[in-house]
Amino acid sequence: MTGINWRGVGAIFHHEMTRFFRTIWQSLASPVLSTVLYFVVFGAAIGGRIQSVEGVEYGAFIVPGLMMLTILQQAVSNASFGIYFPKFSGTIYEYLVSPVGWIEVTLGFVGAAAAKAVLIALVILLTSFAFVGVHILHPFWMLAFLILSALGFSLLGFIIGLWAKSFEQLQIVPMMVIMPLVFLGGAFYSASMLPPFWEGVAKLNPVLYLISGFRWSFFGLADVPVGVSLVAVAIMIVMCMAVIRWIFATGWRLRE
Amino acid sequence: MGAIIEIDHLSKQYDSGTKALDDVSLSISEGEIIALLGPNGAGKTTLISVICGLVVPTGGTVRVGGHDIRTDWRAARKLIGLVPQEIALEPFEKVINCVRFTRGLYGMPPDDAYIERILRALSLWDKRDAATRELSGGMKRRVLIAKALSHQPKVLFLDEPTAGVDVALRREMWEVVGELRREGVTIILTTHYLEEAEEMADRVGVIARGRLLLVRPTAELMGEFGKKTLTIELDAPLAAIPADLATRDLSLSADGRQLAFDYDTRAERTGIARLLGDLAARGITVRDVSTRQSSLEEVFLSLVSENAA
Repeated sequence: MTGINWRGVGAIFHHEMTRFFRTIWQSLASPVLSTVLYFVVFGAAIGGRIQSVEGVEYGAFIVPGLMMLTILQQAVSNASFGIYFPKFSGTIYEYLVSPVGWIEVTLGFVGAAAAKAVLIALVILLTSFAFVGVHILHPFWMLAFLILSALGFSLLGFIIGLWAKSFEQLQIVPMMVIMPLVFLGGAFYSASMLPPFWEGVAKLNPVLYLISGFRWSFFGLADVPVGVSLVAVAIMIVMCMAVIRWIFATGWRLRE
Repeated sequence: MGAIIEIDHLSKQYDSGTKALDDVSLSISEGEIIALLGPNGAGKTTLISVICGLVVPTGGTVRVGGHDIRTDWRAARKLIGLVPQEIALEPFEKVINCVRFTRGLYGMPPDDAYIERILRALSLWDKRDAATRELSGGMKRRVLIAKALSHQPKVLFLDEPTAGVDVALRREMWEVVGELRREGVTIILTTHYLEEAEEMADRVGVIARGRLLLVRPTAELMGEFGKKTLTIELDAPLAAIPADLATRDLSLSADGRQLAFDYDTRAERTGIARLLGDLAARGITVRDVSTRQSSLEEVFLSLVSENAA
């Protein structure tokens, strides 16, 4: 038997999505509530003073950033928990003894985590329509950036889940690394609003490229060229895939 | 029947230097049931783990159904079902979904009729919609068996299938294994219980310190393990064993106060009654008698020391 075991991929994907739908209301309620709070705090309170950024109403300007924030949080947490839980419960053995390799396990877990993140981000978008008028200039590219970012960060979350030996470790990377990167990546402001030195520093943050590209798909505004944003996501995906392949090939934190 | 598993000079050495498997070679025929006996840490679980893909060997080869477990792992693993020693189940998942999931993982198309058949055979059908965390320990172990059988494997590994289960459930497990035997599934089980090996296995392999010390037909091995020693304490010491009793399997202690008689518990006549009668006829008074059977551990130890010599 050669080639990818697609039924194996489907089994993992279905299994993960079932878990999501089993707790659908909890899965959706928390991000929707957070979004409403962000709109109240950033849109109404602060937005009243900022008015507009580069010609876009501030409330609408933060929508791509909020969606990206959700995508990154959900992708990382779903993918990391998805693979960590079998390690914790001991059921990881099933994946290691069955005819599925790194590619099937990754496609199943990461595909499901990315799908959940995209679904939630779209719910956030719908929620935002209740607060501000948002016009999407390039819907195709909006979806493309959404899906690619979800995949990239699901892959990163998957690596975190493979690496983690405890629930504490599972939490620490999203809290200490990803959240700061999102907030410093221009989720709620344009990098061009920063002084030149800090604008240069901000451009070292990979998340800035995602948010910039994503915001471009909404308003045609970008801190960095769109092509660079796409290359940044592609590099992230390729690097994460290489790391995952190495983990499965060596059995690091998986096999004895 | 041809060999379905061929293990050739298999070894596993950890970075710490511990040799978990040391040059193990074994051939297992299709449809055979083989029990691997050995004390804790002997290497039984490591052997199973290597064949199933959980542990990477440091030397040797394993072929399952003619497929090398390292170079042709997909085809090899499709033939194998594993029931692990530890109970590991997704706690919130329904029993039937757990079994369906495993079938899918092995690339098999959905077949609810087959899954119903195995759940019924394992008395789990009534619990199919229960979350696994609601089940008793014995039921959980059966779910693990159902999962291992979900993709219709040709080879089933049972790692300590009856560890920690009560006598009634152990009997049920044996019945399940009997059913599988009739269906032609090759079964490799590890156990501490001699009784379990005797009940189920065609052959028994003894492992200690990572080495496969012997593999013999169960009946042959049980004959050896079935030997007991009768110790007879005498009222007065004997200078020597009476000449007409010398042909019996008797030995006299140094102080002449104890006679030891080896006998086979499984023999039609053990010879105990006749021996006691013969002693009485010769005026040798017996004060007390006691019997002793070598424990499995003692047999292991003697095998290990023989091997080391």
